[in-house]
Amino acid sequence: MEGIYTIIFYVFSFISVYVQIFFLVTFLDKRRNIAWSPKNIELSHYPTVTIAVPCYNEQSTIHKTIESLLALDYPKDKLTILIVDDGSKDDTWKIIQGFDNGTSVRAFHKENGGKHTAVNFALEKSTGEFFGCLDADSFVHNQALKRIMRYFENDPRNMAVIPSVLSHNPKNIIQNAQKVEYDMGVYIKKMLGLIGGIQVTPGPLSTFRKKVFDELGPYRKAHNTEDQEIALRMQEHGYKIDYCPDAYVYTNTPDSVMKLYRQRLRWIYGFIKNLVDYRHLLFRKKYGTVALFTLPTGMVSVFGIIFVFFTVVYNVINLIYNKIVQIHVIGFHNFFQIGYKFDWFFINTKAMLFLSIFLYILVIVSVLIGRKMSTGKANFSVSIIYFSIIYSMIAPFWMLRAIYNSIFSKESSWTFERRVTNN
Amino acid sequence: MHQHEPNDWKKYVIVLFITTTIFITGLWLSNYFNNKKIDQLKSIEDKISLDLMSSETQFSLLQELSCKDVSTTVLSSELNSLAEKISYSESNMGSTDDNVISLKKYYSLLEIKDYLLMKKITERCGQKSIFVLYFYKNEKCDDCTKQGYVLTSLREKYPNLRVYSFDYNLDLSAIRAMTSIYKVPDDLPAVVINGKVYSGFKTVEEIEKTFPELESIKKSEEVVKPKTSTKAKVTAPITTSTVETVKTN
Repeated sequence: MEGIYTIIFYVFSFISVYVQIFFLVTFLDKRRNIAWSPKNIELSHYPTVTIAVPCYNEQSTIHKTIESLLALDYPKDKLTILIVDDGSKDDTWKIIQGFDNGTSVRAFHKENGGKHTAVNFALEKSTGEFFGCLDADSFVHNQALKRIMRYFENDPRNMAVIPSVLSHNPKNIIQNAQKVEYDMGVYIKKMLGLIGGIQVTPGPLSTFRKKVFDELGPYRKAHNTEDQEIALRMQEHGYKIDYCPDAYVYTNTPDSVMKLYRQRLRWIYGFIKNLVDYRHLLFRKKYGTVALFTLPTGMVSVFGIIFVFFTVVYNVINLIYNKIVQIHVIGFHNFFQIGYKFDWFFINTKAMLFLSIFLYILVIVSVLIGRKMSTGKANFSVSIIYFSIIYSMIAPFWMLRAIYNSIFSKESSWTFERRVTNN
Repeated sequence: MHQHEPNDWKKYVIVLFITTTIFITGLWLSNYFNNKKIDQLKSIEDKISLDLMSSETQFSLLQELSCKDVSTTVLSSELNSLAEKISYSESNMGSTDDNVISLKKYYSLLEIKDYLLMKKITERCGQKSIFVLYFYKNEKCDDCTKQGYVLTSLREKYPNLRVYSFDYNLDLSAIRAMTSIYKVPDDLPAVVINGKVYSGFKTVEEIEKTFPELESIKKSEEVVKPKTSTKAKVTAPITTSTVETVKTN
């Protein structure tokens, strides 16, 4: 039994180290290719862009979201904003109507049908050469669109460009832990972008050439993770997706464990379901990095985290069980006795420990590179420590639940999550 | 029209190479430190063996002299901490590791030698001591864990109680000789107290009830205590903590 456990542990840690080294090698190899934009860039040509804002019960954030779009440094006559209310039950519709100016900003109301129906609604009405989509709980940096458009200008093969999604104004521990994750995401997504391995075009301001939809069709209902489905469909057809690290979009992150749990349950559930739908991509070299690297390692990480979790639970239960037996047998006698003398002999020297420490250092390095890439400064903070503690404690729950739900096809709904998140 | 960039196979291989190197380094480091620890244990065992021989020789030489001249410091905290370290190594490197097994064998022999010597000393000098030989096994024996706790606790309560623990399944002829002399059954845990076998789990109360002498050694100790030197104090019976630690793994 212990032998099997050890083998599984080594397999998981080997893959984890492999993934981290893969990113690091990519970074060292291609760091010169990461285009950094000067403060204010000018494009040689400003194509027309349509940005859709799908919303459902977003009365508390929608105002700020639209204000940030209006403040974008982009020629006003080239930018159209389409706000689509997906049957909100709060005052969202009333608020967005106030922004409708009949030309560059339009507000629409439709029956509730899910995020993808709202985006497709806007897609039908869009006339621009480029189409972007912004979740109503996110705010854009005023240079974000220009910087994204520069990626399209520099490389005509780029079919979609995704921005740096950063955590907006993190307040509590849960949000600070997520900030670390988003910082690390900047680095990882950029690396994936450089090697053609991006598997999701997230809701906050991912921008596409309109012809992507003309050629591949609109958004599809895809387990409430339509952002991932479209990215996988693009990868399936060899459409290039790049990542722009200095196009900042700030998103509101869940502020409680329960809200985070619901959001991640939806993400992981969607990941598993989309993975099943796109399983024909797996390990097929013609589909490139997504098929050989991103999807397989994503799958392994789900099981890896669950495995580590059960290891910890098993050890804790074992410890408690032994203590209970001890109390039962000899009472509380010497229960509180510590009597521990330090001896270097008792320092654990298992290979597992060395590898875990090494892996942890690699993760910290990833966060620091991500911070350096997004803000220019690689600051170490305590939140890196509790990020890993919090995530390792709660991530297994949403992963287990997501696996359970995907086996028994229990969908977690976007609207349900919204309702909860906005309460 | 659209095509993926060609797969960078070279990179996949380079990363595999680097990762493998890191793994081998990790395993090598672990092996290096584990060997250092084994070496340390071996040298502790050698030292204890030397001390034991010295005590045996001293005992033979001083047969005619007074008991207070016999040094019993062999039964020191050194043996005790050795037991802890061996059991830790057992959990770290696995109970099937050749080095661990050989350390345990050596340790068991030292225990037996110490037991024989101490028995002689107490007999000749009329000291009141109770000897417990404890037989356990590592697998599938919850009662052994419990018995370990009981003996640890008893040993702390009665410092003159001498507990020697033996892994019943350790392939060592000396242990087999002991089990056949005392007719230790395979129904473990089993304890041999002053030559009598008791098999199955025994609680603290049961042992105390069967051996009222325990109280008297406790009392005699209390009387002696003020006079004992710090050196004598260190003279602790050996292995109960091992009993506990070896077992829980």
